Amino acid sequence: MSILVNKQTRVLCQGITGKVGQFHTQGCREYGTQMVGGVTPGKGGQEVQGLPVFDTVVEAVEQTGANATMIFVPPAFTADAILEAIDAGIKTICAITEGVPVVDMVRVFDRVKQSESVLIGPNCPGVITPEECKIGIMPGYIHKQGPVGVMSRSGTLTYEAVWQLTNLGLGQSTCVGLGGDPIVGTSFIDLLEMFENDPATEAILMMGEIGGTAEEEAAAYVSEHVTKPVAAFIAGRTAPPGKRMGHAGAIISGGKGTATEKIAALEAAGIVVAESPADMGTAIQRAMAK
Amino acid sequence: MKIHEFQAKQVLRDAGVAVPQGIVAHTADEAAEAFRSLGGDVNVVKAQIHAGGRGKGTIKTNPDQHGVELVKSSEQAAQVAQNLLGQPLVTIQTGPEGQTVRQVLVEQGCDIARELYLGIVLDRAASKPVLMVSSEGGMDIEEVAAKTPELIYKEHFDPAVGLESFQVRKLAAKLGLTGGSVRSADKLMRSLCRAFVDLDCSLVEINPLVVTGDGNLLALDAKITLDDNALFRQPRLAELRDLSEEEPAEVRAGQAGLSYVKLDGNIGCLVNGAGLAMSTMDLIKLHGGEPANFLDVGGGANTEQVIEAFRILLDDKNVKAVLVNIFGGIMRCTTIASALVEAYESVGFNVPLVVRLEGTEVEEGRQTIASSGADIISATGLTDAAQKVVAAATSA
Repeated sequence: MSILVNKQTRVLCQGITGKVGQFHTQGCREYGTQMVGGVTPGKGGQEVQGLPVFDTVVEAVEQTGANATMIFVPPAFTADAILEAIDAGIKTICAITEGVPVVDMVRVFDRVKQSESVLIGPNCPGVITPEECKIGIMPGYIHKQGPVGVMSRSGTLTYEAVWQLTNLGLGQSTCVGLGGDPIVGTSFIDLLEMFENDPATEAILMMGEIGGTAEEEAAAYVSEHVTKPVAAFIAGRTAPPGKRMGHAGAIISGGKGTATEKIAALEAAGIVVAESPADMGTAIQRAMAK
Repeated sequence: MKIHEFQAKQVLRDAGVAVPQGIVAHTADEAAEAFRSLGGDVNVVKAQIHAGGRGKGTIKTNPDQHGVELVKSSEQAAQVAQNLLGQPLVTIQTGPEGQTVRQVLVEQGCDIARELYLGIVLDRAASKPVLMVSSEGGMDIEEVAAKTPELIYKEHFDPAVGLESFQVRKLAAKLGLTGGSVRSADKLMRSLCRAFVDLDCSLVEINPLVVTGDGNLLALDAKITLDDNALFRQPRLAELRDLSEEEPAEVRAGQAGLSYVKLDGNIGCLVNGAGLAMSTMDLIKLHGGEPANFLDVGGGANTEQVIEAFRILLDDKNVKAVLVNIFGGIMRCTTIASALVEAYESVGFNVPLVVRLEGTEVEEGRQTIASSGADIISATGLTDAAQKVVAAATSA
C-alpha cells in the first residue's frame, strides 16, 4: 500500500507537447509509471513518444482510463487546466507549474475541495510511490520502497531528506511535495490523515518552512489524531523577517510564521525536530525508536 | 512588487476609491507650484519611497525633517521638498542607511474626525482574501495585532463575488460608523476588495483610513503590493516598477533568473531550490557562521547563470568565503560541476570556495572539479561543508 499513487495509477500529462512536458513524461515512463497519454488543446490526434495526444482531458479519460494527471502548462493556463482535470473526474492532479497567480488558486481551491479530486501543488515536484509510480520531476533513483511517508513544501530539500533516508536503509511509502505557493491544493493535515490510514506507512517525516501557519496546524493535528511517529525539519531559521512576507501577512496569523514558533509547536506535539538539515534522516530514526 | 503611494492612489482612484487630490513633484519649484494649484491653506508634503514609517522617519543628515510634513504656504512646500529631495530618509523599515527620496507627493490637507485602519491580504489558512479593519488607525498595526487583536475585525470574501454589503455593515457597526459614513464605507470597502482581485494584489493597506469632518471615508495613505506571478496580465501595473527603490544586487539577480536576498553575514551561498537554500543558511549559522545571502539558482542553472551568481556574491565586500550546495536531481552534477569550474576561472575567485555536490552523476561531477586544477575545496556532506566554509571564512 501507499497513498495517492501506485502501480495501477494511469497517468496523463497536460502540456505533453511542450519541451518540459515531454522531457518529464519520458522520465516518468523510464521510472515505470504507466503514462497513458497527454492533452494539448488543438493537438488532438498527434502522438508523443507513441502516446496519444487529446484536445480535452475528458476525451483522454474516456479513451485511456486515466485517473491521474501531471500539469506542465504555462502559469497563465494552469488554473484552467486544473479545473478541466477536476471536471473530467481525475482523482490525483499534480500541478508542477511554477508562477501561478494567487487569485487563480483561490478560485481553484474551493472547486477542488468540493470535488473528489486531490490536487498536489502547484509549484511542486510531484508525488512518488517508490518502485511503483512517479508523477513529477523528482530524480527517481534516490528513492527506495519502505515505511516512511515524506511530505514537504520544498523540492530539493525533499530530495535531500529522501537521500538521507535511503542511505540509512530507510525506504519511503510515498513522498509528496506540497508546493511552495501560498495556496496549494493539499495541506500537511490532508497528508497526515492519509499516511495515518495507510498500513504501509510506519512513520512520517515532514519538511516545513517559514511563513503561514501550516506547520502549527499540522502539529495540533498530530497531537490529536496521529499515532505514528513523526519527525520534522523547518527551514528558514536565519531568514530575515519582512522579506517576501507582507506587512499585513504577519497580522492575520497573529505574529506567527517564524521558524522558532513552528519548531516550538512541533516539539510541543511530541514531534522530533531535526536541528540541522543534515539530521533529517536520523530524526526519523529517533522518532521511530521512541 | 511594491509601488509608490502616489501610484497606488492613482490606481485606487481609477477603481472608484476616494483619495485626496495630490500632485507629484521632483523639485522644490514643482512642489511650490503644486501647492498653488491644489489651492487651500493646508497641504501635506510626503516623501515617496517604498518603505513604510515615513511620518516618524527623518532625513539622515537633518533629523528635524520628517518624511511627511504639513505645509501652509507654497514657500514652505518648496522648503520641505528641498529638504527631502535627493536625501536619504531613514525609517524603521529602511535600515540605517535610509532610502533616497526622488519625488514627493504634495497633497490636499483634510479635516480628520477619526483615523481607522484597513488592510486586505490573502489569508493562507483560509485560502481566501480577507479584509481587516481596526479602530486603531494611524498606529503600527502589527503592534495592535500583538497587544489588542480583539480590536481588529475581519471579513473573508470570495474573489468572484467580492465583498457583500452586509459584511460592510458588520464591520461598520464594530467601527462605530453611522449614517452617511456607512454608505461611504460600502463604496470604499467594496471598491477596494474588487481592486484587490482585479489588479492581482497581494496586499492593499490603507493606514490611516480617515473619516472626514463631514462623515466621508477617505484613503489618506495607500500601500499596494502586487503579485509578481500575475504581472504578465497586468502590463499597466508592471510599468509602475521603480528599480531605483530595490536592492541593486537583487534586481541584477532577478534579471539573470536567480532568486537572491542580501543578508549581513560573510559566507556567500549558492544553492539549488528555495528550501535547500534556506536550510543551507541555517546550517551555516548552526556551525557558527553568518550567511551573506540567500541565493537559489533554480532547477536548471546554466554556466552563464552560475557566473552571474558568483559575480553577485563576490561583489558583496563582506563575503569572505563561498559555499555551493547542490543536490542534483534533474540537473546533473556533471553539468553543474563544469559550470562551476568554468565560472570559477572566468570570475577570478579571490575567496575560498567550498563545494558540496550530491545526487545524479555525483562521482563524475566531483571528478570534474578535482581534475580541473581549480582551487576548490570539496565537501562530502552537509555538516562537512558547513564546517569547512565556516573555518575558511574565519581564517580569511
